[in-house]
Amino acid sequence: MNSTAPRVLRVGSRSVLWRPRTVLVCALLTGLALVLSIVLLGTGTLAFSPADVLSSLVGSGDNPMIDRVIWRLRLPRVLTALCVGAALGMSGAVFQSISRNPLGSPDIIGFSTGAATGAIAQIILFDGGPLATALAAVLAGVATALVVFLLARTAGRSTSAKLVLVGLGMGATLAGVNTVLMVAGHLDQASAAQIWLAGSLNTRTWAHVVPAALGLAVMAPIALAHARRLDLLEMGDDAARQLGVGAERTRLVMVMAAVGLTAIATAAAGPIAFIALAGPQLARRLTRAPEVPLVAGAAMGAVLLLSADLLSQRVPFGVNLPIGLTTGLLGGLYLLWILTVNRKI
Amino acid sequence: MRGPALRRHRRIWGLAAGTGCLALAAVVSLTLGSRSIPLWQTVHALTAYDAGNDLHLVIWALRIPRTLVAILAGLSLGLAGAVMQAVTRNPLAEPGLLGINAGAALAVVAGVSLFGLTTPAQYVGFAALGAGLAGAGVFVLGRAHEAGTSPVRLVLAGAGLSVVLGALTGILIINGPPSVLDDFRHWAAGSVEGRGYDTAAILAASSVIGGGIALSMAGSLNAIALGQDLGRALGAHVRGTWALACLSVMVLVGAATAGAGPIAFVGLVAAHLARLAAGPDYRWILPYAALFAAILLLGSDIVGRLIASPSEVAAGIIAALVGGPFFLVVVCRFRLRAL
Repeated sequence: MNSTAPRVLRVGSRSVLWRPRTVLVCALLTGLALVLSIVLLGTGTLAFSPADVLSSLVGSGDNPMIDRVIWRLRLPRVLTALCVGAALGMSGAVFQSISRNPLGSPDIIGFSTGAATGAIAQIILFDGGPLATALAAVLAGVATALVVFLLARTAGRSTSAKLVLVGLGMGATLAGVNTVLMVAGHLDQASAAQIWLAGSLNTRTWAHVVPAALGLAVMAPIALAHARRLDLLEMGDDAARQLGVGAERTRLVMVMAAVGLTAIATAAAGPIAFIALAGPQLARRLTRAPEVPLVAGAAMGAVLLLSADLLSQRVPFGVNLPIGLTTGLLGGLYLLWILTVNRKI
Repeated sequence: MRGPALRRHRRIWGLAAGTGCLALAAVVSLTLGSRSIPLWQTVHALTAYDAGNDLHLVIWALRIPRTLVAILAGLSLGLAGAVMQAVTRNPLAEPGLLGINAGAALAVVAGVSLFGLTTPAQYVGFAALGAGLAGAGVFVLGRAHEAGTSPVRLVLAGAGLSVVLGALTGILIINGPPSVLDDFRHWAAGSVEGRGYDTAAILAASSVIGGGIALSMAGSLNAIALGQDLGRALGAHVRGTWALACLSVMVLVGAATAGAGPIAFVGLVAAHLARLAAGPDYRWILPYAALFAAILLLGSDIVGRLIASPSEVAAGIIAALVGGPFFLVVVCRFRLRAL
């Protein structure tokens, strides 16, 4: 039997549809994410062997120095990367499905740049603390994404290319606004904004991990609970309604969940490009399933971000490679690759 | 006067009025800055230079070269934008959007940090080479030569290429010697601050060469803009025109980027405004685009100096603030067919 064909798992009166290949891909990606995490925990100025890392993680390590480095410094960073990557991957899958557009991910439609504008404006103009910054980032991001969607709509539905172009123009404009705000602000505020903007996994603490993990624990189940309805919605509103799906309600819930997921990621690590674009698409290439790749996309997002982080740290010749530039480089190459294989655009 | 004669008359007057605006902007650019200089002092500095006067020194050592660089870089970008729109028949073609600036910028930074180049005269060759390579890359990826390819594809290819090249430039700047970081942090945003007469001289030479090539083939551009087949039927040499167009774009964009950094949207805005003002004839579009682009970049530089005084915002950023919304209007208004 074909491994991509669906099978049914029945427990009493409830049943779940599953595909062996999808489950296998998710398991493999999760395993890969764990392996990458352990390698990352051993990577740095002080290199530890995987055995040392594992024994420290389970609490049987006998070297307090290793314990301190791993638990205080590296584990928060790796966990932040895991949560951010997973949140971005899942939200990208939802956005791409709802916009019916393979390029409709939050970074392309201006959410990330808009979030940066909101955060910088808050820091420079009001200076109301980290919570206010995160809130301003989310609100501005949502507003920007809405404007981009509205501008890109032609006769009721947004075309793929136009969405990207409008996002591009909006991104360039807002990047200009960001620079003006930074130059106009006081030096210490400007440097605080600059640090936020750099979107880095450096100097992450448990204070970044806990909200991100909690947010993911709330938002991801909401998205997963509506996953089947989202799949049906891809057949069109009318067909979905006939099958008993409340089209508008599903769309609203899913958009809120996806915005929440992007917001979690942005608040935890600043703007990180292209994970949300590439994660779900690569996951779908692996699973070959018609469903919206929520879980596989999340796992792929985590793998991508961890790989980018590993690449940044392990790059040869002592080259200094900030994570934002790494994801930008990989994402740009990915966009060019899509363009090369897709002759229809 | 009727018909063509009247149109010609209007176009000439339009050019004259534009030149007047540019001259006015140049005077404003000489007087305004973090330290404003009274108009009479400015005139005095130009007519009777006194080496002992601080203000005269500011004008001659800082403001004049800077103004010249802004005018010449803008002019080059405007010409390049118009030429690119003509040969690709794409309303969104522009050196910044198609990644050609990004290629030139990467080549300059690579030349400085890897080969230890120091003077603008040395960068320019690298910049032109980088512009050419990026142009070739975007051409192949965007399939600009195939008939019936959507104009959007070229822009998507340019966007992807810009991101990749921009990230590589950032990596080179961060890993270069501290002097490179210091020199190129501002330059990478597209700034004309602190440029000297050497940069202005190179830009002048490249504008004459590149602009000369562009203007000399304006008639062929008119034919090519109708499509390759129709252009050939009208007697235009398609291959030759393409080659000359690429050469002029390389020279113009290479020098502008080496002198003022990667500046996007100026060529786009100028070419569209020029078509609006001068009609479809490239013999008129080219000078109009050059003039509008020079005014736009010089104006951006002046605004950038005033908006956050006493510090400065790079001219390229202000140009993006104007050009980004303009780009949105073009995307939403045009049905994105070939020109």
